[in-house]
Amino acid sequence: METRDFAKNMRKLIVEAIYNSGSGHPGGSLSCADIVAVLFNEEMNKSPENPCDPNRDRFVMSKGHAAATLYSALALKGFFPEEEMKTFRKMSGRLEGHPDMKKIPGVDMSTGSLGQGISAACGMAVYGKRAEKPYRVYAVMGDGELEEGQCWEAFMFAAHYKLDNLCVFIDFNGLQIDGEITKVMSPLPIPEKMKAFGFNVIEIDGHNLDEIRAALKNAKETKGMPTAVVCHTVKGKGVSFMENVASWHGTAPNKEQYEQAVKEIEANG
Amino acid sequence: MADMKAQRDAYGEVLAELGRKYPNMFVLDADLTKSTKTVTFQKEFPERHINCGIAEGNMMAVAAGIATCGNIVFASSFAMFAAGRAYEQIRNSVCYAHNNVKIVATHAGLTVGEDGATHQCLEDLGLMRSIPGMVVLAPSDAGSTKAACRFAAEYDGPVYIRLGRLPLTKFNDEENYKFGLEQADVLADGDFATVMFCGPFYDLAMQVRELFAKNGLNIRVVDVPCIKPINRTVVKNAVKETKTIVTIEDHNIYGGLGSAVAEAIAEEDIPERKSVELIRIGAQDIFGKSGAPKELLERYGFSAVEIAKKIIKTVCPGCEKNFTF
Repeated sequence: METRDFAKNMRKLIVEAIYNSGSGHPGGSLSCADIVAVLFNEEMNKSPENPCDPNRDRFVMSKGHAAATLYSALALKGFFPEEEMKTFRKMSGRLEGHPDMKKIPGVDMSTGSLGQGISAACGMAVYGKRAEKPYRVYAVMGDGELEEGQCWEAFMFAAHYKLDNLCVFIDFNGLQIDGEITKVMSPLPIPEKMKAFGFNVIEIDGHNLDEIRAALKNAKETKGMPTAVVCHTVKGKGVSFMENVASWHGTAPNKEQYEQAVKEIEANG
Repeated sequence: MADMKAQRDAYGEVLAELGRKYPNMFVLDADLTKSTKTVTFQKEFPERHINCGIAEGNMMAVAAGIATCGNIVFASSFAMFAAGRAYEQIRNSVCYAHNNVKIVATHAGLTVGEDGATHQCLEDLGLMRSIPGMVVLAPSDAGSTKAACRFAAEYDGPVYIRLGRLPLTKFNDEENYKFGLEQADVLADGDFATVMFCGPFYDLAMQVRELFAKNGLNIRVVDVPCIKPINRTVVKNAVKETKTIVTIEDHNIYGGLGSAVAEAIAEEDIPERKSVELIRIGAQDIFGKSGAPKELLERYGFSAVEIAKKIIKTVCPGCEKNFTF
């Protein structure tokens, strides 16, 4: 499947899952969908036949509230049936509101409490370096997540141990639950801070697939330091009435809104 | 003088031993390698030792990440920063994800001494005991420290091991003492009362026993190095056969050994549980202060005479005048 279509199908699954459960985080799930689409559809060495392969690339959704994004990619890749997306956040299912590595095949780390996923990704990467494993580690973080002090502990660690097998995507959509990140508690300037912390920093449009691909290539070619890809994104991307509206951080669409959202995603891709 | 050894020295030694046995074992520290003694492992296996700097929250989640790759990870710091500062990382990244991480926290309790209240962690057993699935150990000498670590390395899942700073009397064999879940050892039998202790209180428990022995009374002494899961049989037997139980711990009386024993008593389906007396020796819901460990213990009621007085007052009010202290 073309990655453009893969991302479109992910978005449909995301809004459908959140609509069905009546709860979830559409805004931040849609903003990082293109990044996750390129990773799962093109980049990472991951197979549903052997989800625990010790040499697989690792993926950590550090902004764990974007669980629906991760699940939609896993479902489309065959880690579990697409049909199961209907059980998202439901008592009867295993698709927890935040990713659970013990229950869901393909989930490499349980996340949800912000700032912890990036540390776990550093653990996977430092082990990979020490044991000379071939895999790479990818993490997706939120911009609001950077307000957690632990992120900066992890960044220090990543640079100190020269984790060039680690690539961190920062979903810079500019909004958090309480509003604009610059008004709530500004983590800006992000690229400068990441540079100061010892990262190879690339700034891209997080919805441009070619720019995401180029960043991945750059990260792989960079030796001796970790890479941070600061992705300018739109919260709620692909659904007009959700775009750049903070209140869609953690609100489910009603039936009418859901139908409208699917129509728009199909039309625009 | 009895043979003494600090638990962290035993920890350093057993880490190196386990490192030879398990090629997939990693050890993490947070800028305290010489205090926690993980430096011993670092010297022998530098490629499997990772200093995380003064960032305990990050360290615990890094430990979880390394464990997801099929490794056994020991992570150490002082109890205050391991269990205290990094509580939520332990809860979510280690325990909820059931990652194979062993947290070995040194310098627990009042016996840290001169560093004072900010470094005297008196709440860690309570914090760790309340996390689902966490095994909580508080070994009481060099031998049980080594046995606890060997057990933890073998056990698949998170384990918290609490160590103190002081040299302690050695009473378990460092090579042959074996350790399992619900470990509890009756060191001396008796029927007048049962003293259950964990951590640095072997000497104190034995002094209490000797005081009573001088007066022709027998005190049962039980070492309880496994706080969770607690050995309910040992508690039940104490309830039935001695009727007065004393717990001694270098921890707040809320949340640790005293609480675990109280819960076990309350839930036992035996008639004696309604008449049993429980005396909890520990920090009485206070913060500590600076001072020599010995002085601090005296001040906060960890003395054989004080404990004996409490036992007599409970078991036989009025008998104190006939008792030789």
